[in-house]
Amino acid sequence: MGKIVLKSVRKSFGEVHVIPSVDLTIENGEFVVFVGPSGCGKSTLLRLIAGLEDTSSGIIEIDGKDATMLPPAKRGLAMVFQSYALYPHMTVRKNIMFPLKMAGMDLAEATRKADAAAKVLNLTSYMERKPGQLSGGQRQRVAIGRAIVREPAAFLFDEPLSNLDAALRGNMRLEITELHQTLKTTMIYVTHDQVEAMTMADKIVVLQAGNIEQVGSPLDLYNHPANAFVAGFIGSPRMNLLEGADAQAMGATTIGVRPEHLDISSTAGKWTGKVSVAELLGSDTFLHVNVEGHGSMTVRGGGEINLRHGDTVYLTPQAGKVHRFGADGKNMA
Amino acid sequence: MSTQSSRATARLMVAPSVVLLFIWMIVPLILTVWFSFRIYRLLSPERNGWAGFRNYTWFFNSPDFWLGINNTLLLVGGVLAITIVFGVLIALLIDQPVWGQGPLRILVISPFFIMPPVAASIWENLFMHPQNGLLAAGAVGMGIKPILFLESYPMASVIFIVAWEWLPFATLILLTALQSLSSEQLEAAEMDGASSLSRFRYITLPHLTRAITVVILIQTIFLLGIFGEIFTTTQGGPGSASTTLPYMIYKQALIAKDIGRAAAGGIIAVILANIVAFFLMRSMGKHLDA
Repeated sequence: MGKIVLKSVRKSFGEVHVIPSVDLTIENGEFVVFVGPSGCGKSTLLRLIAGLEDTSSGIIEIDGKDATMLPPAKRGLAMVFQSYALYPHMTVRKNIMFPLKMAGMDLAEATRKADAAAKVLNLTSYMERKPGQLSGGQRQRVAIGRAIVREPAAFLFDEPLSNLDAALRGNMRLEITELHQTLKTTMIYVTHDQVEAMTMADKIVVLQAGNIEQVGSPLDLYNHPANAFVAGFIGSPRMNLLEGADAQAMGATTIGVRPEHLDISSTAGKWTGKVSVAELLGSDTFLHVNVEGHGSMTVRGGGEINLRHGDTVYLTPQAGKVHRFGADGKNMA
Repeated sequence: MSTQSSRATARLMVAPSVVLLFIWMIVPLILTVWFSFRIYRLLSPERNGWAGFRNYTWFFNSPDFWLGINNTLLLVGGVLAITIVFGVLIALLIDQPVWGQGPLRILVISPFFIMPPVAASIWENLFMHPQNGLLAAGAVGMGIKPILFLESYPMASVIFIVAWEWLPFATLILLTALQSLSSEQLEAAEMDGASSLSRFRYITLPHLTRAITVVILIQTIFLLGIFGEIFTTTQGGPGSASTTLPYMIYKQALIAKDIGRAAAGGIIAVILANIVAFFLMRSMGKHLDA
């Protein structure tokens, strides 16, 4: 069981208030992703839950019990670190068995569990190797193996894929998601990559400067961003945020239109601009258009669009797809 | 260095220094071997002719010889044990963030800057001296009879003084090794439920193996030749209780003025050093690989 509740959790390093105050409930079995730009406090929040940092004030409850003062080992959580943090002098088998050995489990039982974990993670043929002889993806799997043998109440992932190359990252993303579906254990996953957040999460927590900006399902955040920050952070390419007369005409300070919600025309439209760069991906084309009065806007069109640098285009936002934000940045819808 | 021509150039470039170092090593060695088979006494007019193995057999039959070998190995082993155990502990201690860390580290390292005879004199006269020494004063203050360190426990005292000198070296190397240990590994172990003692045993200590190996190898080389501390404090005594192989060689060369015997002793010391080095590399060489 792994229900985690944070109640007005605060963290300061001296005068620096990294996390001013956070309230959050993570239900048992949920895959929660903390996402935000670097320095937003997402890793600190994870370390607070892990117990690797002391909370300055507030309460962390795990399974209904106050765990704020418990040492990391007593919280029943397992963590996968960004650098994997494997023990370099131990073989893969010993790495995976280390938590069991520390728990005083009998050797035969520990070996059985390590073998089972290795089977799940396709590590069986690497058990006698040292971490130094493994590739990045294999090391990542060993780190996950070391976490799953403990059968923790929840898994904590601290940017686990950021050291891998793009192709491997895509694979590991799938593997971790599948692992979650198999184990059905609570997982908290920290990343700065909104694609990872969108593809993996049951629930995304968007953080900025230690504050929770919005909590919701991926599509919730995509369709109904609570404020301009979330709107700009979630979605790739970024939402176009426009100010000035066009925004005021709609009664807002800022309006936002996603690149995929702009219609392209070569004859007429709301905005006129010149194509500066056309990124042809085959399936899609991303056009970076210099729009008169607004500067650069990104537009997503079909793969068959044939527009080049310097071509004039007309852009029109699709009806009902424009997000309006007030002076405080909040969504006015 | 991948192509054949670059490898050849590399060898060519390195060759002069290798040749020079080889000559530097081989000439004194051959001369010592030569002298060790010669009759060569400075105080005697009879200075020619071959001694055969007599210079060597004299050493092996000398009553102090096995004691000297024993003391040499005791000195090396004792100092290694003290410097590594306390070096690890002190390194762990001064790795903690404390106020005044910089000056503290310099203080810890400073004994290494003191030259051996000075260090030995300080310990002999200021600490271990039965009348003027600080330790004697402390003992008297507590109403105990002062211990005659250099007379009653000469070997232990010499080992202690040498260990004091070499402790900073071990601490320094172990400290830098400690600082290269990733904190995430320790945190991972903490999450895995390892107590602080287990974290030391399973994470920190294995991480330090290579540094410890380096300390053992380097210190052994220097400790096999320790002479100044013994010369300054006990002069190999009382009797020959603290005589080591280098001190025996010194006595033959500069007191008995028998160059032949001293040279034979030197060759024995070289052989001893090679035996020690062989066993060290056999047992620990693998820790030096990455």
